[in-house]
Amino acid sequence: MDKFDTLTGIAAPLPIVNVDTDMIIPKQYLKTIQRTGLGVSLFDEMRYDSDGNEVPDFVLNKPQYREAEILISGENFGCGSSREHAPWAIKDFGIRCVIAPSFADIFFNNCFKNGILPIALPQEQVDILMKDAERGQNARMTVDLEAQTVTTSDGEVIRFEIDPFRKHCLLNGLDDIALTLEKAAAIDGFEAEAAQSRPWV
Amino acid sequence: MSPKTLYDKIWDAHLVHEAEDGSSLLYIDRHLVHEVTSPQAFEGLRLSGRTVRAPDKTIAVPDHNVPTDTDRAKGIENEQSRIQLEALDRNAKDFGVHYYPVSDVRQGIVHIIGPEQGWTLPGMTIVCGDSHTATHGAFGALAHGIGTSEVEHVLATQTLIQSKSKNMKVEITGTLPPGVTAKDITMAIIGRTGTAGGTGYVIEYSGSAIRELSMEGRMTVCNMAIEGGARAGLIAPDQTTFDYVKGRAHAPKGAQWDAAMAWWKTLYSDDDAHWDKVVTFDASEIAPLVTWGTSPEDVLPIDGEVPSPDSFEGGKVSAAQRALEYMGLKPGTRLQDIEIDTVFIGSCTNGRIEDLREVARIMEGRRVKDGIRAMIVPGSGLVRAQAEEEGIAAKLQEAGFEWRMAGCSMCLGMNPDQLAPGERCASTSNRNFEGRQGRGGRTHLMSPAMAAAAAVTGRLTDVRELAQDSVPA
Repeated sequence: MDKFDTLTGIAAPLPIVNVDTDMIIPKQYLKTIQRTGLGVSLFDEMRYDSDGNEVPDFVLNKPQYREAEILISGENFGCGSSREHAPWAIKDFGIRCVIAPSFADIFFNNCFKNGILPIALPQEQVDILMKDAERGQNARMTVDLEAQTVTTSDGEVIRFEIDPFRKHCLLNGLDDIALTLEKAAAIDGFEAEAAQSRPWV
Repeated sequence: MSPKTLYDKIWDAHLVHEAEDGSSLLYIDRHLVHEVTSPQAFEGLRLSGRTVRAPDKTIAVPDHNVPTDTDRAKGIENEQSRIQLEALDRNAKDFGVHYYPVSDVRQGIVHIIGPEQGWTLPGMTIVCGDSHTATHGAFGALAHGIGTSEVEHVLATQTLIQSKSKNMKVEITGTLPPGVTAKDITMAIIGRTGTAGGTGYVIEYSGSAIRELSMEGRMTVCNMAIEGGARAGLIAPDQTTFDYVKGRAHAPKGAQWDAAMAWWKTLYSDDDAHWDKVVTFDASEIAPLVTWGTSPEDVLPIDGEVPSPDSFEGGKVSAAQRALEYMGLKPGTRLQDIEIDTVFIGSCTNGRIEDLREVARIMEGRRVKDGIRAMIVPGSGLVRAQAEEEGIAAKLQEAGFEWRMAGCSMCLGMNPDQLAPGERCASTSNRNFEGRQGRGGRTHLMSPAMAAAAAVTGRLTDVRELAQDSVPA
């Protein structure tokens, strides 16, 4: 998995609540058997009209946000399906950090598996970042995972919380499966015990 | 021993390892797999030279892409869909997992066939790369959706890295009025607590109205726990559960059944268990519900009116404006005056035999209104066969419904069953998101009984206003 330590980049404002995974990546793109190539379809139905032309008003189509690496959005971001295609599309577009007042559980988990940092902050602080992001290309924020801070283009520092295990894995780009396989003896032991206590499973 | 919730008990019984930082390794008893969220996971195994640790606990079935027209012999036209199904076919064979191909009568929506085949049992941990895995919580199993990376993790290790959720109790007291069903219960909960109300929690549904539900109804309630933001929804197993499970293909038999029962009967929340959040509803106050917007929390009783965005606060004001524009609705419009084009009966929320019986009851002596496209997609081949045996299928076809093969179908439109732009659908599925059933499609969620009533009149309709004898009790 890709490491995440610090990121300085343009933040795109998407002030919508309940951004769902069907908005992030609609169903027709779930037919792929690969993890890459989805960035061009990120936010497909908001980003393109039914003829496939760009909708000029959509934030990621505006010249100042086409290179955005951070996304600021509303509460309950990523609600809906478990499709990991959503974080794959976000990452493939080039966004490595999503900041919102809250996230849906499965989407939140999926981000960490893909080197994307989802940051949950109180609404007032998201509002500050949203305003900063609306300044476009001149507003470059810095996210520092080690220090657990987001710094606005004005130098205002906002601290965020993160689960220590997830932080450790992101900072070091650790592969979950390899970590778990180190505990193979414990899994063997559990299975042997369960074969006695719950043989019907 | 300190008192525990049902969730605590299942969690403790599956804990393989707990790290100092609180992250835990949980053993997974059943891993359900479908074609959309698994190809990258199997590919990951191949690339790293890993195998499936417990193929006997892994069950694969194609459902999302599967066409539902009756001639399965002609195969799948869409090339990408076909490739995805072929990949599942190959992966199931290469890795030796249980598999129900399209040609098997037992094929169906993964969350319908797990319980149907007896793979889903009380007290289990069950995961699937699909958010509606919550369905299996109806059996008192801890069941939730995971992403593809986690699918790969479970395939390789039969475990999942988890942090424990908080405990939330949703109690539905009293008895449901006529015309009100399990779907209305689950929609009422989301309507009150919101789509993020359950975030960070595992919900246990309890109370007399839940106890009175059949297993099919309980599955409908738990299915939409995810729409309320919860990691999982649970219902403690009881005689209704045991009766449903007994005799199913993969349920325990003989002495193993007795041993299982001995444990299953301990699976309830202790009286003095700690709850982080409690919500109580009086079932008698729940009315038949429909959604008006593009979020499952946009719920109103059928006798209501389309709300004004001004009646909301914060970010919900602009969300409501956006939803009304998308849905083509004006504030103040009576919900019952909203005309529909299409009716979809099916999905892992409402594609079980009881749902079809409910529709048949409403349609008794009635017909689908001319010009309305009405389709029934049974949740599995066996549900379809049972409905045919009971004579329901023939009646519904006579009444004007299309009678289709099993799959996810128009719930998410990954197969050819989709809404056209602007097409308005009374749907028994679980999500009314923008574009969910087809780009520009307009979805109103409701119960099978309400969807049937809409099929009859061609508009959103209060099922209670149809003849009393056919209203589900």
